Amino acid sequence: MSEHNGHVLSVKLLTYILAVLLLLTFITVAATRVDFGYFKVVVALALATTKSLFVILFFMHLKYENRFIKFIVFMCFLILAIFIGMTFLDVAYR
Amino acid sequence: MNNNTTALPSFFEDSGSDRKGILSWLLTTDHKRIGLMYLYMVLGMFIVGVCLGLLIRLELIAPGKDIMEAQTYNAVFTLHGVIMIFIVVIPSIPAAIGNLVLPIQLGAEDVAFPRLNLFSWWLYLIGTVLALFSLFTGGGAPDTGWTFYVPFSEFTTTNVNVAVLAVFILGFSSILTGINFITTIHRLRAPGITWTKMPLFAWSLYATGWIQVLATPVLGITVLLIFVERVLGVGLFDPNKGGDPILYQHLFWIYSHPAVYIMILPAMGVVSEIIPVFARKSIFGYKAIAVSSLMIAFAGSLVWAHHMFTSGMSDTAVLIFSLLTFIVAIPSAIKVFNWVATLYKGSIIIEPPLVYALGFIFLFSIGGLTGLVLGSAGTDVHVHDTYFVVSHFHYVIFGGTGFGLFAALHFWLPKFYGRMYNKRVANWAFGILFVGFNTLYLPLFVIGLEGMPRRYYDYLPQYQTGHLISTIGSWILAVGLLIMFVNLYRGITRGKKIGRNPWGGATLEWQVPSPPPLLNFDKEPDTSGKPYSYKGVERDE
Repeated sequence: MSEHNGHVLSVKLLTYILAVLLLLTFITVAATRVDFGYFKVVVALALATTKSLFVILFFMHLKYENRFIKFIVFMCFLILAIFIGMTFLDVAYR
Repeated sequence: MNNNTTALPSFFEDSGSDRKGILSWLLTTDHKRIGLMYLYMVLGMFIVGVCLGLLIRLELIAPGKDIMEAQTYNAVFTLHGVIMIFIVVIPSIPAAIGNLVLPIQLGAEDVAFPRLNLFSWWLYLIGTVLALFSLFTGGGAPDTGWTFYVPFSEFTTTNVNVAVLAVFILGFSSILTGINFITTIHRLRAPGITWTKMPLFAWSLYATGWIQVLATPVLGITVLLIFVERVLGVGLFDPNKGGDPILYQHLFWIYSHPAVYIMILPAMGVVSEIIPVFARKSIFGYKAIAVSSLMIAFAGSLVWAHHMFTSGMSDTAVLIFSLLTFIVAIPSAIKVFNWVATLYKGSIIIEPPLVYALGFIFLFSIGGLTGLVLGSAGTDVHVHDTYFVVSHFHYVIFGGTGFGLFAALHFWLPKFYGRMYNKRVANWAFGILFVGFNTLYLPLFVIGLEGMPRRYYDYLPQYQTGHLISTIGSWILAVGLLIMFVNLYRGITRGKKIGRNPWGGATLEWQVPSPPPLLNFDKEPDTSGKPYSYKGVERDE
């Protein structure tokens, strides 16, 4: 298993990820000034998901874990997506 | 009788640390001691919840004011719900019985994270104290019902802030227990305990653990949002500020419907353990029962909005959630079918654990089938928020989880105390409980169908007969509970000493001494057999 596998990311890569996250934060703020109409929630969620993916993959080392752990995390995200999607199923058709 | 010949002291005598007395319990990392601490608190708070329930029934014995004011009544039913759901039922089997039994069934010395386990219990204690604290501070006991529905919960002057904080902390306790059990099942199974040889109780806790981990955070966030609304007035759920009160109901039920499965799945696991032991026959459809636990956990997480058919939700959502609700009935029915099939042509031995387990099947089946009436949008419109729902809910949670817990206590308590209760009294207690239960809750179906709304302080005279019978039933039920608990207490303190395997079970907990030693096993556990194969297994009373 991956416990204590000692995988260390380079400072360079971590800095790149930080830069990407800052850029995405900037885009998130900028996106609030644009009226996406019906899709505003989709855009907001897409940006938030992208940012969290970078954090989970690199800062939390998911990219370097085995398939089983990746599958479990994927399932968690899938269920979260279902929760949100089905809630909006109501809002969209109300 | 096999008196325990092991030289190892029991976990009561050996705490594993230098601490003595109460500190050796409060700071223990032994899963059995933590399980018992959960159990003591759960049963203590259960008695409080029962007393509140009796007060509610007494107030409803006749129309108008009987023993309390309307505001007090609102606070009492809120408290009854909060205590019973968040403090009693949710941790009852998973945290209390799960902690006691799970590691031993897996052949492990403890859970994966023993300190986290103790931390979970402390969070549970703090949450419970806070919930009680909310009664006597601020603007008085919360009067929102256990659902904390907005907009009322945003504006009521009662002490909702502290109550939701208590629920938030209790939720964390539940999440940490779920993480601990999932990890324990993945990482600490003894060699030979493969996924398809794992006891079904462990399977049920595995499915429950995932619901705890995935759904409970939603509740935590939701109750925190109420706190934010009350303190900062952001307007998340206030239409005047662009908010959506129905969104609150979605968020609440995204957790609280799967929470029903946190409550019922472990009870199903208990029944799956008990039935084959007393039928002396391998469980019918092992894999189907194991997979159905996961199916219930998954499908049960997608049906929350059937609590909201009359709340103003879109018709499309009503249609889809109604359809999905019917799907959950399939894995539940698979379990009931397999239990009955296990009993078929078995060499049935009638003992108290089996009697309580059969009570579970009967009562849960009524609760489950009446759930279909509520899951169908057309009929739900007529019975929504009536006593039909109250009765259905109590058949599932009390008749299901409650009787599942009683079955577990009669099955496993002798193992952990090394003494047996009076079986004859236990059977009598069941009989009284069963009669009292049905006298209490069956009339509520009838008056619910006739239109009696839930949570009302007063009612029209036409509903009085039903309420009167129900209140009399509550007293019979209370007598049954009293006899059962006194008998169990006398059993664990003064009962006849037992050997390792008083019921003739084949899972690993029946290989260890009664009570078990600190690290559970006094010899290498034999994992070569199947968990429900009774060939060569003898009762050791």
